[in-house]
Amino acid sequence: MSKQGSRDSVVRFVPQSLRSWRSSGILLPFSLLFVVLSFSSGAFLNPTNLLNILDQQSAFLIIAAAGTLVLVTGGIDLSVGATYALASCVSAQYAEKHSILASVILGIVLGLVVGIINGIIVAYLKINPLIATLAMSFVIGGLGSKFTKGNLIVLTDKPEYGKIAQTVWLGVNTSIWIMAVIVVLLGILLTRTVIGRYMIAAGGNAQAARLAGIQVNRVRIIAFALSGAAAAVAGIIDASRVLSASAALGSTLAFTVLAGIVVGGTSIAGGDGSVWLTVLGVLFIALIGNGFDLLGIDPLYQQITLGLILLVAVGMDAYGRSHQR
Amino acid sequence: MKSAPHRNLDSDTYEISLVGISKSFGGVAALSDIALKIRAGEIHSLVGENGAGKSTLGKIISGITTPDSGTLSLGGQEMSFGSPRDALAHGIVTIAQELAIVPALTVAENVLLGDEPRARGFIKRRELRRRFDELAKKVGFEFSSDTIAGTLSIADQQKVEILRALSRNASVIIMDEPTAALSRIESHALHEVIRSLAAEGKTVILISHFLSEVLSLSDTITVLRDGQLIKTMAASEVTEDGLIELMLGRTLGALYPAKTHPKFNSPSVMFVNNLSAPGVSNAWLSLRAGEILGIAGLVGSGRSELARAIFQDSPAFSGSITVNGAVLAGKSPRVALQKQVVMIPESRKDSGLLLGRSIQENITLSSLEKMSKWGWILRSQESKITKQALELVKVKSAGAKQKVSALSGGNQQKVLFARMLLNSPRVLIADEPTRGVDVGSKRAIYDLLTDLAKDGLGIIVISSDLEEVLGLAHRVVVMRQGRIVTELTGRAMNEQAVLEAAFAEQI
Repeated sequence: MSKQGSRDSVVRFVPQSLRSWRSSGILLPFSLLFVVLSFSSGAFLNPTNLLNILDQQSAFLIIAAAGTLVLVTGGIDLSVGATYALASCVSAQYAEKHSILASVILGIVLGLVVGIINGIIVAYLKINPLIATLAMSFVIGGLGSKFTKGNLIVLTDKPEYGKIAQTVWLGVNTSIWIMAVIVVLLGILLTRTVIGRYMIAAGGNAQAARLAGIQVNRVRIIAFALSGAAAAVAGIIDASRVLSASAALGSTLAFTVLAGIVVGGTSIAGGDGSVWLTVLGVLFIALIGNGFDLLGIDPLYQQITLGLILLVAVGMDAYGRSHQR
Repeated sequence: MKSAPHRNLDSDTYEISLVGISKSFGGVAALSDIALKIRAGEIHSLVGENGAGKSTLGKIISGITTPDSGTLSLGGQEMSFGSPRDALAHGIVTIAQELAIVPALTVAENVLLGDEPRARGFIKRRELRRRFDELAKKVGFEFSSDTIAGTLSIADQQKVEILRALSRNASVIIMDEPTAALSRIESHALHEVIRSLAAEGKTVILISHFLSEVLSLSDTITVLRDGQLIKTMAASEVTEDGLIELMLGRTLGALYPAKTHPKFNSPSVMFVNNLSAPGVSNAWLSLRAGEILGIAGLVGSGRSELARAIFQDSPAFSGSITVNGAVLAGKSPRVALQKQVVMIPESRKDSGLLLGRSIQENITLSSLEKMSKWGWILRSQESKITKQALELVKVKSAGAKQKVSALSGGNQQKVLFARMLLNSPRVLIADEPTRGVDVGSKRAIYDLLTDLAKDGLGIIVISSDLEEVLGLAHRVVVMRQGRIVTELTGRAMNEQAVLEAAFAEQI
């Protein structure tokens, strides 16, 4: 018992969400990788490079933060890639003739609608979320291709659209600012609000949540709605970053995002997770990519490394759960 | 009840002999210096409170856990089991609380799983069936070999496990709480099976909470307390009270608190009028403030179904429920909670607790709206309310931030009481409030229920433990096949009358 006490006093300075080794698992490898890269590549530890990584990853981080909530509620959203592409195309196209604000709102509303539909299918029609959102991703992907007729939408006539993500404020792009605000809000939503607590309950033990008076279906729909909206925001940010949009983008995005969430340590079984660890997970994968580029390693090994890391992460999750009781 | 044909146990043929067995988990001693001899062909029970070490002892004998020190001998020969497989090879089989049945396979396939007669990779189905029938006949189980195992009752699934054990030529069978999930009839049937196993010369090691079961079945009883062996004795030498005293190390006093009857003018808080719902037909019920109403009946008689219908967890087909004069009708428990009707569900692990979360999160789950503003949880208010609730139900814990899974069964149950009491209930339904709770903590839950009734709550207690229903309730209704068949009060409220009503037409 005394051993427990001394350990507690050491970890008192560590945030609550990091106290178990399972949930803090990613912090150590992340720090290690960061240090190794700083020493092995002169170009790595450099504000331009780091901000560049954040800029490139802002879309992924936004989607992954909302995706964490979906996983916590016991769901999974594979339609985010298609939603991301559709929202970016529709918003960009609309922006050619209308105001930026209107086109942004249109894109977000579109994502929200897709998310709510996902939620309703999963919660009320009781269709497995994996299959439901996979099916939806085909439907939305098809709509996107139909909408753009397979063409790339280029916004050279409307450079103002680029201001959404490319405005520099305090030396940092708005893409990063927007991402930071959304990630913090979603993180707070999960840990400090009633709805966040309900998400954890719904994913941890849906029957218990229902008997405690929680409207589990409503909670699930909210999580999916946030995921859809986040995908749309991410799509708009990326369209603004490169001033173009294509329905063909985003086909593997859902899996990359999912990998980031799981590597971060959020359980695929639901009922547990952390937005802030998801951020580390996504950035961990990004750092591997960046490091491999800087060190001139064949990108082929990137994928293999990512796959292996993912297996380790899921293995640790399973191990942690089977040894919990 | 003592009808077990006691066998001749004078012989010195010890099947299993343990000397100086100790085991600790993370610095906490689970077993210390256990010396135990188990005779061949006897039914030997291990009893003790939760955490006394009886399951750990069973696991050491069956090779699931290896002891830190001490020796285990089998038929005079020293053994060291590295895994359950080693123990199995020496004829020791465990039938655990959680059954290991493959639901989609037939009974015969389950029994001979991993040991199927085969030729060139194909299973010889006819041979499989023949071997199964032979085995089942020998033990006297009536099974069709082609029944899908998943469709069987839990008692029958247990028989499948027993057959599986026998098919491996088991000589020692360890049963951990075999009747915990069984109805009275099913338990009786299993008791017969256990007796016939012993009569055939098999050694049965029984781990059970039910002392009456232990006393009527066992030849020898060993009592454990805090990891120490307190006493091993012949079952004929001891009574239930004596066992409890040994288990607790003190006398329990009366098991049930004194009944305080509700005042003659205390108002009714709930009426159930001609309610029909899944598993319930035409139920009439009334409940007064300060009253504890017991619902008795067999498992599957509609007790839990009635509770769920009142709690709005299943839809009513017809009839109505009124609480304090207002109609209670809705599509989810949320509506019942708003009308101050609360329920502690039958299975706290499956439908009560968030096992991975803290005590605090579990307690405040259904009343978060009261301690939040604009959806934002007011943390100081949450911990204050949690603290008050914990004091009210007297949970022993290392703090409200501790994971609820670290608590004992009794304390977990109290956490659920705390959660529901925060909804300021008028009516409380407790379905199997002491299932899996050790003897010492049971009294604490009975006290809690009695105190709540004194405070003016209307309480419904559902339990398979008939003594519990009779010991707590002011009035008992008995259910059979979805109907309330009788209501008993005063002197008419006794075991005989309840059993007659519960079993009528079936025997």
